[in-house]
Formats: sequence, C-alpha cells, structure tokens
Amino acid sequence: MAQVTSASRAQGLFRLTDEQEMLRDAVRVLADDRVAPRAAEIDRTAEFPEDMRRLLADHDILALPFPTEHGGLGGELLTVCLAVEQLSRACATTGLILAVQELGSLPITLAGSDEQKARWFPKLASGEQLIAFALTEPEAGSDAAAARTTAMRDGDDYVIDGSKRFISQGSVADLVVVFAVTDADAPRHQRLSAFVVEVPRDGFQVTRVEHKMGIRGSPTAELAFTKLRVPAADRLGEEGEGWSIAMRTLDRSRPAIAAQAVGIAQGALEVATAYARDRQQFGQRIGDFQQVGAMLADMDAGTEAARQLLYKACVEIDAGAPDASRWSAMCKLVAGDTAMRVTTDAVQVLGGYGYIDEFPVERMMRDAKITQLYEGTQQIQRLVIARSLLGKGD
Amino acid sequence: MRIVVLTKPVPDPASGGERLGPDGRLDRSNSPAVVNGNDEYVLEKALKLIEAAGEGEVILLTMAPDNGPETMRKALAMGATRGVLVTDPAIAGSDTVATTRIIAAALQTLSFDLVFAGVDTSDGVAGVVAPGVAALTGMPYLSYAASIEPDEGARTVRVKRITADGYDVLEAPMPALISGTQALGEPRYPSLKGIMAARSKEITTLTLADLGIDPGTVGLSGALTKVVDSRPPAARGATKVVRDAPDEAARQIVELLAERRLI
Repeated sequence: MAQVTSASRAQGLFRLTDEQEMLRDAVRVLADDRVAPRAAEIDRTAEFPEDMRRLLADHDILALPFPTEHGGLGGELLTVCLAVEQLSRACATTGLILAVQELGSLPITLAGSDEQKARWFPKLASGEQLIAFALTEPEAGSDAAAARTTAMRDGDDYVIDGSKRFISQGSVADLVVVFAVTDADAPRHQRLSAFVVEVPRDGFQVTRVEHKMGIRGSPTAELAFTKLRVPAADRLGEEGEGWSIAMRTLDRSRPAIAAQAVGIAQGALEVATAYARDRQQFGQRIGDFQQVGAMLADMDAGTEAARQLLYKACVEIDAGAPDASRWSAMCKLVAGDTAMRVTTDAVQVLGGYGYIDEFPVERMMRDAKITQLYEGTQQIQRLVIARSLLGKGD
Repeated sequence: MRIVVLTKPVPDPASGGERLGPDGRLDRSNSPAVVNGNDEYVLEKALKLIEAAGEGEVILLTMAPDNGPETMRKALAMGATRGVLVTDPAIAGSDTVATTRIIAAALQTLSFDLVFAGVDTSDGVAGVVAPGVAALTGMPYLSYAASIEPDEGARTVRVKRITADGYDVLEAPMPALISGTQALGEPRYPSLKGIMAARSKEITTLTLADLGIDPGTVGLSGALTKVVDSRPPAARGATKVVRDAPDEAARQIVELLAERRLI
C-alpha cells in the first residue's frame, strides 16, 4: 500500500476550535488597533519596542506557550502560531517577540526539570522576563554542531567561554539558553550541552547589535562569554544532550517562523488588494486589469496554501508525529518562500508607491526575507525534508 | 449579587448567509451562530456591575439547539460565571409564547437578583419574550435601559429608559427584569485568559422534562402562530452617499429633500 502522507494520529482534516478562532480574533483586533499604528516607526527607529512587549504581556499573549501550572495559558502549538500570524500581519518585529519567547523556552519545556520550569516559566509567561536561544556562532551557522563555545565543569559550576552570533533578542533577554561543547571528543551530536544563563552576570557581554535589512526592531546580538560561571543546576537535561535538545526545539519552533511568514504575506496581500481597488488608471481600478488581478489571485492562493500547510503541521507536531522534523521544515520552507514572493508582488502592484515608505509593503518585503534565512535557511529545510524522504542512510 | 442574562444564538448578521428555508422560516444552517448583539450589551453591563460589586455571579440562560454551548463559550469568555442551556428536540419551531413559557420555567430553577435581556434579537426582532417572561414570573419589567443602577441594600434598581424625547427614570424592587440596547456601552472583546478559562466553565443542560413542560404544548405543534408567508425585503434603490464637509453635506441633503418635496 502506498505510504500515507501523515504518520501520526492526526490524520485527515483539522479545523480550528471555537476557542482558537476566538483567540485568533482577539489577537487580530489588538494587532489592528495597537500594533499596526506602531509598525512603521518601529522599523524606522530600529529600537526594541518595549511598549509592544508590554502590550503582549498585559494581554497574556506571551503566556500562550506556557503550561497553566506555571502561569501560562497552555496554548497548543497551533494557537501560538495563530497569535504569531496575526501579530506579524501588522508588524513582523512584534510577532517575533512571541516567536522568540517560545523558541527560547522550548529547550526548558523539552528537557527542563519540574524545578527548572517552576523557577523560570512564571516570569516568562507574565512577560516580566524575556528569553533568547543561543545556538549559532560566527563559524557555526547551518553547521550548528560545529560550535566552538565551551563549557568546562568546575566543581558545582560550568565555566563557559566563547561567542554566539545572530541571537534574536540577545541584548534584551533576561535568560539566554546557551549551547556549548562539554566534550570535544564525543561523537559529533553528543558534544553539546544546553545551559540557561541568567543575565546580566560576570563574564557576559553584548558585543554587537546588528544593523539589519528587516525585522529592524528586533535586536539581533552578538554575545561573548568570558569565564562565565553557571551553576550545574542550570544545565538542561544531561551532559551531551544539547544537540538533541536544539534539534527538537527547532522542530517545534519553525512553525512559528512559518506563522510569521504567513502573517507578513497576508498583511501585504491586504494592502495590495486595497490599493488595487482604489487606484484608478486609464479610467478604471487597476485591479480590474487582468495582469494585476492575476497577481492578486496568485498571492491569495499562495498565502492560503502556506497557511493550511502550517496549520496541518502544527496539528501533526502536537500529535507527536514521528516525522515532526519534516512537517516543520516543510511549513517553514513553503511559508518563507511564499512571503518573499507575495511581498515582492505587493510592491509590484503598488508600483512606485510600493517602493517608498509611505506604504508598508516595502517594509514587509524586507521583513519577509529573514523568514527564508533564520531557524535554518531554506536550503537546510530542503535537506531535512529530503533526509526524511530518503532515510538518513547512516 | 446574581444577574441572569438571557442570551440567544442568532445567525451572524455579518455573514450575509441569512436565507429563508422552504418552510418560510430562517434557515439557521446557512450562517454561523453568534451571540445576539443586544444580549452582548446587557451582558457587558452585567459584568461591569459584578466587577464593581467585587462579588457575585453572571449566569447565562440560553434556549437553543444542542450546539448552543458554542456561542455560550464566547459569552463565558467575556467573563460570565456559568451557563444554563435549555435544549430539547421538541423545542424546535417554538413561537414566542412557547419560548416565553420555557424561559420563565427555567428562571424558576435559578436564584437571582436581576435578569437582563437584549431588547430584541436580530433574527426575529419580535421583542416580546422579555416582557412576556416578566409577566409570567411576576417581575417588574424595565425596558430600553440606557443605564442600570442596582441598590443592593435597598433591594431596588433604577434605570434610565430611553424615550423619543429624552429618558424616564424608573425604579423597581428586585428581582426585576431589564431589557437594554447598545446605549449601555460597547461589549468587551474576550481576553486571552478569559477565552482559555471559558474551556472549564460549567454549562448545565435542562430539558423540557426537567422543567415539567409537556412537549406537546411547545414546538411547532404547540405554536399559536403559523408562518403563512415570508419573503426577503425588496432590494433598495440606488443609494446616494454625501461625503462632503458637514455644512456642505447638510446643504446638499436639504436640497435633495426639497427636490422631492419632502420638506
């Protein structure tokens, strides 16, 4: 018999629950009223929007990914993604605040002890603290297992030395999950361990905040660790488990980036549609010219297809699909490419007006590009999918 | 203080899917159900009163098919404490008199200080169920409330009733039934916490047997009214929209009315 596409219990159709629809609509109303009016300024000033972080905290949006017993709302992966999508539709930087809060906390969710969860989750759920995920290094991007940052055991502590680069919210986080080599001689995927580093502390330094093309309000930092001491009690899981924790984290976090991409695409589609309806040339609405109408149709169809794949992926991953890596890679691949294409076409629909900052589509186009790059480039996503198809062979 | 709010699921007026069925009645399967708009205004007021009092309960009372809990969850997400759903296959096709009797009977199973209802519902627009329930239960009925001020100590409630040229101030002993409109203020959007909490809030179900009502006296067979004919309203003619500044717009409108000899 031919292999079915879904290997999990979540076979067949899914539909949003009434609760998920209500949550999505609540976030959308907030995004339209409070986030959208700030988006252009956040992009222009390239400063971390503390007011948006406060807004998400006050409305319990940052509590969504955390369990109820630790002050969270216990939202499913799909629910978190619905929120990221709606926020990103208005402002990709603001959507990323939630996505990164989830990304950073996933290693604790997946490998933390009950004591560690009780210690860190309540302040993350309330939004009082932010968390960052520090895996990438200057010389270890796609090849993350090649990390050089070390953590040497010293009594009840570990001493961390090295640096991390391209760390989203690295300069504003209160907690940083750092992946460091604890056994350089171990097999490639058993070299790393994960640590939760409470910052600021001695030996921790933000050495640079990048000047970026998009998501300009989200600080992307380079972090340096110099003889930084972390209690052994702050290690997540066992020594050598770091790589596995990081990969399982990305399996669950990539959908949030796909959600950011779908949100950006939807936002651009809406601007382009409104423009094509209003703008008159040659005595008619430009949307009524077939070339423009066809672009809008393709943008809509592509965005909806990416959205449905994302929602399906969320349900599969939450159901414990054995091929979670494949689902998460597929949804990010499709959504990221869709966002880039849709935002580029939105600029085209607006013509010269699309290229200037009087309209938001040029910002959306710049913001969309990052979704093809972070949490694994599109090339890495294809690698993950192909491996899942072919079997690893080793 | 305990406030019961009568809430009715109605076809979403924004969906554009309202159609008449072959029996001349509204075909409810064509549009998603939402909480009736006027019910949301009185619910908002009930929630504000309980919040201001610092204690109490807002209880939803709904008569609906067995999908009733879907719309009740949104009202619970807004902050209502719990819900009571009256549902029974024999209720289908009930007219306003039967509905009034069923709701009055369900109210007798609850203890409360006040009952709130929307002044009418967007599907039937009859507006007779609330006063009927007040009559059957022997409660004072205060309608078209623009403000509601209960005085728990004195066991009285005072409302401003909107009239054609201002408002009346009405006062009645509690318990009383009050109907209201959008003049009470915008309903809140449910908070995320409220939405997640609604999941675990209690919805009690009552059947006709629980209320001691003979199924033969309600529903289509027990209806005192019969739908003979119904049709959608005729399409409106072309609409002229004046978008100029107020002074200029007023001048144009006066001109338009004068042209048609309406003024």
